[in-house]
Amino acid sequence: MSDNTQAISQKAQAESKDSFGFFRALAAVVWKDLAAELRSRELLSAMLVFALLVILIFNFALELDPKTRSTVSSGVLWVTFAFAGTLGLNRSMSMEKDRGCLDGLLLTPVDRSAIYFGKAIGNLIFMLLVEAIVLPVYTVLYSVNLFNLGLILVIVLGSIGYIAIGTLLASMAVHTRTRDILLPILLFPVAIPVLIASVKASAGFLGGIPIDEIMPWLNLIIAYDVIFIAVAYMVFDFIVEE
Amino acid sequence: MIDVRKLIKRFGLKTVLRGLDFRVQPGEFVALLGPNGAGKTTFLRILSSLARPSMGEVRVAGYRLPGQAAAVRRRLGVVSHLPLLYGDLNADENLRFYGRMYAVSDLNQRVKDVLELVGLSARRRDLVRTYSRGMQQRLAIGRAVLHDPEVMLFDEPHTGLDQDACNMLDNVLREVAARGRTVVMTSHDLARAADLASRFDVLSRGVIAASVAREKIDSRDLLAFYRQAANGGIT
Repeated sequence: MSDNTQAISQKAQAESKDSFGFFRALAAVVWKDLAAELRSRELLSAMLVFALLVILIFNFALELDPKTRSTVSSGVLWVTFAFAGTLGLNRSMSMEKDRGCLDGLLLTPVDRSAIYFGKAIGNLIFMLLVEAIVLPVYTVLYSVNLFNLGLILVIVLGSIGYIAIGTLLASMAVHTRTRDILLPILLFPVAIPVLIASVKASAGFLGGIPIDEIMPWLNLIIAYDVIFIAVAYMVFDFIVEE
Repeated sequence: MIDVRKLIKRFGLKTVLRGLDFRVQPGEFVALLGPNGAGKTTFLRILSSLARPSMGEVRVAGYRLPGQAAAVRRRLGVVSHLPLLYGDLNADENLRFYGRMYAVSDLNQRVKDVLELVGLSARRRDLVRTYSRGMQQRLAIGRAVLHDPEVMLFDEPHTGLDQDACNMLDNVLREVAARGRTVVMTSHDLARAADLASRFDVLSRGVIAASVAREKIDSRDLLAFYRQAANGGIT
């Protein structure tokens, strides 16, 4: 190898090892998503209206007695979160596709996983905001007290797993013409372990079941969170490249 | 500055680029001409690291693709017929976002200078989605020059622009080229290419079919040159 080629190679390696650059890029992507949403309010309003409609429809459709209400609450909540979350994931990636912005992001000299984590954190913030509004409304409509620290922990952990894999699959689906339909078809089967574990753990906390019996479900959610994040970190680069 | 050897790009069974060789010296402005489907956009996407070559060697600014893609991206500015800008952010916010992604130093001053360059200082606080197509394209050039790249790639930048917007875009392109940057621009508009470029290459059937320097051809002969090359008359 000539001296010149070696010098260029070393310079490229040094540039690619800029860890401060990773967090700077990640923060920039999160800021960009929040700033754009603050202006348009398209994503949050769509997610919120959809989520509120779902719990309202369930409330009238099921006509439950107080005892049954507390047992179905975790299922209704997670159906609502999953559908509203899918809506948000679709919209978040469509925004990148409009005007070729995804190419603009991929052309920047940052580690592509910073783009993935930036998008995922933005999506998680939107999903948690919607959940924070849905919980008190649900409490009023169903007369079930949802202000339980254990339940909130499950909601945060479950949302992390759902968004981690959802952001990855949304970045795959966005390249297709049928992205609105494709994302739920891809996402729901893959996210089922996290959703089932979240429903079971939520039901456990709402039903006052001892923590020892809930822990296996919590561990399952944490394990899937780690797996989904690790997989996304490893494959995002290949998914977004032609 | 750009060195491409025996580049092949396949999509499934379809071969788009068939052993393409292409070299550009620092400071050159190359107009890459060719019929629809010749592979111009695919070629620029490979040069910009958005697509991987199937075979062959690609070097931009001395760095190898796809292996040293991040180093190439740092030295590259790309303008396509899409603006690559966020409609719900204003011009200032768009440039600041990209400035952070490129780690541009003294970002405030740089954003101010770039908005001045593309003539959008007065509209810097307006959302990009309220801009005309011409203004979006000028801001797209601003985004592409923000980090002061050594190489610029333009993929049919005049698409969808009216006459006035095209003239304004040409002025910005001249200014970009006058600063010594290496430029490759694909275009279907021979008259505009003749006005801007220092060299004309014709991409046809997946290879560079012909190449001529600006000083060696009269602009009136460019159409004949292009037709002959695109139809396989020049080797």
